[in-house]
Amino acid sequence: MSDSWTDGNSLGGALRDVFSVDVTAAIGRCAGCGRAGPLAEGRVYDHSPGTVLRCPGCGQSLLRLVRGPGRTWLDLRGLEFLELLSPD
Amino acid sequence: MARAAVLGRLSWRVAQLAGVRDETATARTLVLEVPDWPGHLPGQHVDVRLTAADGYSTERSYSIASAPDGSRLELTIARLDDDEVSPYLTQVLSPGDPLELRGPIGGYFAWRPADPAPVVLIGGGSGVVPLMAMVRTRIAGLSPAPMRLIYSTRSRGTLLYAAELERIADQHPGLSVNVVYTRAAPPGWHGRAGRLDAMSLAALAGPQDAGAWSFVCGPTSFVENIANLLIDQGLDSRQVKTERFGPSGSGQAEAHDER
Repeated sequence: MSDSWTDGNSLGGALRDVFSVDVTAAIGRCAGCGRAGPLAEGRVYDHSPGTVLRCPGCGQSLLRLVRGPGRTWLDLRGLEFLELLSPD
Repeated sequence: MARAAVLGRLSWRVAQLAGVRDETATARTLVLEVPDWPGHLPGQHVDVRLTAADGYSTERSYSIASAPDGSRLELTIARLDDDEVSPYLTQVLSPGDPLELRGPIGGYFAWRPADPAPVVLIGGGSGVVPLMAMVRTRIAGLSPAPMRLIYSTRSRGTLLYAAELERIADQHPGLSVNVVYTRAAPPGWHGRAGRLDAMSLAALAGPQDAGAWSFVCGPTSFVENIANLLIDQGLDSRQVKTERFGPSGSGQAEAHDER
């Protein structure tokens, strides 16, 4: 694993390709350590063909996003839940 | 405005460069006209996409520097020499040229001007850019919230928005600006040069700011350090919002590191 990372704010555009609302402000709970916090506070590693968001507490992969021609793969198994704000 | 900023499909738009302002020897502000811009919250960013003639394309994220102002949008770009996007944006793109972008992006590092709670902004190097959008929104009269900007930069030569920051000092009740020079203080400066540490930060922000929102933006090590110091001083970690730019542990972070 490269030690080079940025934070989850940088995933905003890529996730808006998939979701209709901003997900970086959503609270997610890590399936590894139970830490709950905004995805924006996670660590993003994007020096491989896909992008991985890791828990800032334990390093568990929370989200993996791979984009290919005409499709996107999203692996969310490291997240127990996502709490999204729904504007009234 | 807030609703427009968070809802709806995010599509690429073609903006047009209306003008430029050189901020320092290596940073330039792009003034863009963006047709049908839905508005933004200060702190949000855009993705910029450059596409070569052969179809190769690459994207970068840049913070919005301006307050919401119709179809006008300003980005301040720091030129990084080992990068393939920022040299083009700061040295080649000329008024009248098109630029593809999408946004606004991000709901976490975003200040809601309708919230009356005090705001403490701490920026390192070009991390001041999204904070400047908040300052400008405050100046535009879109919020009465007490606001303090603490801006750490290497020297006078790397200070972004120098003239504007001087102009706003003391002219806006409830808004204050503190510049911290880390390498060289300009002649006549009242303070010494040095990095923000626990002691110097305590003089600028502390327990009196419990209940305030704080926004910390800059290189990764700067942000980690400052956010931890704020939390040590009693601020609620849930109200300390952070944005790190430039990957850590690489040459790019060095180039970004203007603390």
